[in-house]
Amino acid sequence: MLSTDNDILSAAESWRRAGRRVALATVIETWGSAPRPVGSHLVVDEDGGFLGSVSGGCVEGAVITEGLDAIVDGRPRVVEFGVADETAWRVGLSCGGRIRVFVEPVL
Amino acid sequence: MNLEILAILNAERAARRAAILITDVDDGTQRVVREAEIATDPLAEDLARRLASGKSGLGEAAGRPLFFTVQAPPVRLVVIGAVHISQALCPMAAVLDLSVTVIDPRTAFATPERFPGIDLVPEWPDDALSVHGAPLDRYCAVAALTHDPKIDDLALAAALRAECFYVGALGSRKTHAARVARLTEAGFDGAQIGRIAAPIGLNIGAVSPAEIALAILAQIVAAQRAPRLGSAA
Repeated sequence: MLSTDNDILSAAESWRRAGRRVALATVIETWGSAPRPVGSHLVVDEDGGFLGSVSGGCVEGAVITEGLDAIVDGRPRVVEFGVADETAWRVGLSCGGRIRVFVEPVL
Repeated sequence: MNLEILAILNAERAARRAAILITDVDDGTQRVVREAEIATDPLAEDLARRLASGKSGLGEAAGRPLFFTVQAPPVRLVVIGAVHISQALCPMAAVLDLSVTVIDPRTAFATPERFPGIDLVPEWPDDALSVHGAPLDRYCAVAALTHDPKIDDLALAAALRAECFYVGALGSRKTHAARVARLTEAGFDGAQIGRIAAPIGLNIGAVSPAEIALAILAQIVAAQRAPRLGSAA
């Protein structure tokens, strides 16, 4: 079964209550043909286990890394991915779109 | 995000109530506004507009950049009639992540063997959808598929009163004309009755039960996503 944004917030809560450290990523802005709509979520735990999608797969790895950093330093951050971004040459959005993602630890 | 805020969001969703999470994108501070609290919130007008559109998005208040996460309750599909089309419809609706209830007072139709694992209610629609059962709300889609006015009309009346975002009824144009007459007699006006999709489903020339189920689900998705149509998003 595909996970939905509903499942993801439920998972974030149950993972946290089970003692896992987790971070939540939310797409807050898109330009061009971004694959996942604004409001899409991804939850990641301290071991890199994740549920959900913010880009249909293109930049998930980089978002997970940001999530792990947020778990460690306890601070929220905004990260941007797209063709205009140097990072995109490595992780890239093949659709040519750009997205901005809010990544926060669940405390 | 604090665990308490996350717990409120999950509890509101479980109770089928909308909520909006407001995040200050610069400093990460957050608060939740429950549906019932929107009218008295300082951002009432903005929040009401966002809830109506169902879309999350960026905004601003008092010079702060804010992100509004609009959380509408999950869509529930209520199928009236444990019929052949419903048997095709249920697994397809599950893939679309709709939570499905099938209501049919005819116990010969409403059997777990025909609907394994489905929330099946062998009662009349007015009982099943009363406050003692599972009442409809505007985040529900209702598909009346029995072909029997005694059963379908009860559900259609309940769906129109609850302002369900989608109401569809199986039957030919002739059948529907008779239905319109009955609902008018029952006190519904033209605008209310006009909300019923009939004949049910997008017109894709569907023939088999599975094809009709697909046409119904496509029409439900179209109704659900209508606010997105014609926008840049």
